[in-house]
Amino acid sequence: MEKKEKDFYERLEQKGVTRRDFMKYCTFMTATLGLNASFVSKVADVFAAPKERPPVIWLNFAECTGCAEGFLRSTYPWIDEIVLELINLEYQETIMAAAGHQAEESLKAAVKKHKGKFICITEGAIGTKYDGAYGKIGGRTFLDVANSVIPHAAATIALGSCASFGGIQAAKPNPGGFKGVGEALNVKTINIPGCPPNPVNLVGTIVNYLLLGKLPQLDAAGRPLFAYGRTIHDQCTRRGHFEAGEFVMEFGSKDAEKGWCLYTLGCRGPMTYNNCPTAKFNDGTSWPVQAGHPCIGCSEPNFWDAMSPFYEAM
Amino acid sequence: MGKRIVIDPITRIEGHLRIEVEVADGKVVNAWSSGQLFRGIEMILQGRDPRDAHHFVQRSCGVCTYVHALSSVRAVEDAVGVKIPENARLIRNLMHGAQYQHDHIVHFYHLHALDWVDIVSALKADPAATSKLTDNVSNSPWGGSNYYRNVQARLSTFVESGQLGPFQNAYWGHSAYKLPPEANLMAAAHYLEALRLQAKAARMHAVFGGKNPHPQSLVVGGVTSVADLSPERLAEFMYIWKETQEFIKNVYVPDLLAVASFYKDWGGIGGTTNFLSWGDFPQTDKEPDSHFLPRGFIKKRDLAKPLDADQQKVTEHVARGWYEKGDPKHPFEGETKPAHGEYQPDDGKYTWFKAPRYDGASCEVGPLARVLVAYSKGHKEVKATVDSVAKQLDIPVTALFSTLGRTAARGIETLVIGQQMEGWMNELIANVSKGDKKVYQRWEMPDEAMGYGLNDVPRGALGHWIKIKDKKIENYQYVVPSTWNLGPRCAEGTLGPVEEALIGTPVADPKQPLEVLRTVHSFDPCIACGIHVIDPHTNEVYKIRAT
Repeated sequence: MEKKEKDFYERLEQKGVTRRDFMKYCTFMTATLGLNASFVSKVADVFAAPKERPPVIWLNFAECTGCAEGFLRSTYPWIDEIVLELINLEYQETIMAAAGHQAEESLKAAVKKHKGKFICITEGAIGTKYDGAYGKIGGRTFLDVANSVIPHAAATIALGSCASFGGIQAAKPNPGGFKGVGEALNVKTINIPGCPPNPVNLVGTIVNYLLLGKLPQLDAAGRPLFAYGRTIHDQCTRRGHFEAGEFVMEFGSKDAEKGWCLYTLGCRGPMTYNNCPTAKFNDGTSWPVQAGHPCIGCSEPNFWDAMSPFYEAM
Repeated sequence: MGKRIVIDPITRIEGHLRIEVEVADGKVVNAWSSGQLFRGIEMILQGRDPRDAHHFVQRSCGVCTYVHALSSVRAVEDAVGVKIPENARLIRNLMHGAQYQHDHIVHFYHLHALDWVDIVSALKADPAATSKLTDNVSNSPWGGSNYYRNVQARLSTFVESGQLGPFQNAYWGHSAYKLPPEANLMAAAHYLEALRLQAKAARMHAVFGGKNPHPQSLVVGGVTSVADLSPERLAEFMYIWKETQEFIKNVYVPDLLAVASFYKDWGGIGGTTNFLSWGDFPQTDKEPDSHFLPRGFIKKRDLAKPLDADQQKVTEHVARGWYEKGDPKHPFEGETKPAHGEYQPDDGKYTWFKAPRYDGASCEVGPLARVLVAYSKGHKEVKATVDSVAKQLDIPVTALFSTLGRTAARGIETLVIGQQMEGWMNELIANVSKGDKKVYQRWEMPDEAMGYGLNDVPRGALGHWIKIKDKKIENYQYVVPSTWNLGPRCAEGTLGPVEEALIGTPVADPKQPLEVLRTVHSFDPCIACGIHVIDPHTNEVYKIRAT
């Protein structure tokens, strides 16, 4: 075992994580990415000893910061490992120490230094009406800020449904003319939608990049196929009840307690592509259907209009 | 006239905030708070199904997740006249309590601590002395020279890589940082531990809500997670709660007191005048009488005479916000027409925030307001904790009217609410073991109705007001904590609470206004929630003058 790797496992053990636990995680991540088992050790390498932490610039636009909060909930690797040991997070307004001029300087310097090499993660939509008057940072419109950063990125990840497709502020009547980042700038983005998305899918995309030196395969909506290749319905643990015609007719009922199908109460699982039933949220604790609530289709384009009213069956 | 300083973006908050201050003789003499993002969620709600509103408004904020959804279902339940089952009330209290636990820990360590803790100084600390310090001030489960040597090595490796990430270009070495290197190292270590703890604490939401952020188990009439009322799930919740409580008791509160002991002068800086709390955590279906945290209004710092608080006395002013001219209105009549113009702090409009007033007064809301209202009403648990904190810091209770007091109040209520959650868990378990798993009450949507939901959420007093017509949303307004705290001057020129609090703040170096950040962050600003409008008459009357 190389020294660096040995150090890594020693560090893991100090934290109470065995090498076995770690390999289990790498196997999970490899499977999530849809890679074959021979990649498990390579995934482990990525976490054990990144050569140089790849620079990441994170931009916040019209959003609720739920996607950044979701990212903070990453449990393996833990968020402190991602920030201190896996990536070089050059700019992230929610956690960075610097503010005001010092923050703006950091952003400028990072773009210059890593031109063509950094990953840009964007959270939130961009207002396009009224010359972008509905959202500003340091006196510049979101569109200005985006234009000064994104064209220089190696790749841009639109994290969450707002950055991917415009999200809630783009729902009718879309007062500020909000658009997803790709559409607003006319650039190609890797879209990781969800409201918010599972951090596993962001980490998976980054690992894919570090591991294979390229971005994952995408569907027509720009979503990585490893996470968004199948519908919720196809992977749902309640699918058997759907096939058997066992439907919940009222929340809190005996049938709800038995975990029957929520189709009748408005579940959008059949038209929603995501890996919620298999990846689950918060370290595998649960997901909305498990909590007895229908899927609202939050990773589909335009879902606030297309999927609502949420409590009417399709 | 003094020197003007603009801080934009204010980082380590939710959303886009610009703060401008005028400094003369080393002190802030004037201040302006400006919200920089407008999304228009209330307008988007018009004409939609009232049952869907909570999903929309929850997206006001992903940091204070859950709380808008809770206010929204309460407002609709008030309008349609449904009483939720006891188990639904208990699960909501537990989820809401969990949000307080999570949110306040993240605020203290990840949004606020770097205003007081110098990470670079931690590299100079003696690990053995740090271990000793930790043993003296807390029951932290992490300690020993080896532990601190490893944390320090980890930070050194990070710093030596030259890739400083979130820690670069900050105010390290500033003369206002007062902690010795060992206290800085202890706090830095706990900053990292708290990053993990918060990810674990958030699992409380996932147990009964499917996920966090933005749990998904609230519905008008109750909650949906009946299948999670199993012994394993209840035990899982308790287990996470217990681990979180231990952190709060043994690490968060001791750290708070240890750090505060070096910054006692901040007990005389950053205070405001009036305090409003709607109160929260109903313990029966009698509201607000059964609230664990009481409703009340404190006028001009008079703790001897807490007044009742009535939602009818709320108005919103638009004189200094980017809206068309209009008289102050109650949220039910809320009529708002955005009109973006120049940023004119001196005599014109300068923000997307409106200025809410209670009985005409500018009010601080949030942990300090809740703690003061509870204290003045003789709340047993709050009073005991406040008195104990004041004694340990050797400060009078009046020192709470300050930046230090605001930050201390947050820790005090985290502890008090966390302890109360145990009782709600036990009630829930008792019901389930009797075979009572009722979590939802059937109801009918009326053609026309109106109602409101008042909460007190981690950042302060929150109210949602809804009017329903033809079973659809006709009008929806919410007045949220950050609008109260970060709102601008009203027509009479009275400053908003953050603006008022900033007056008198010392600024040692105008190029590095660290002290300004301390007071701003002590309010835990959340901008996306604070700005949202609706025009009840038409869908598009905007007269935008782009800058």
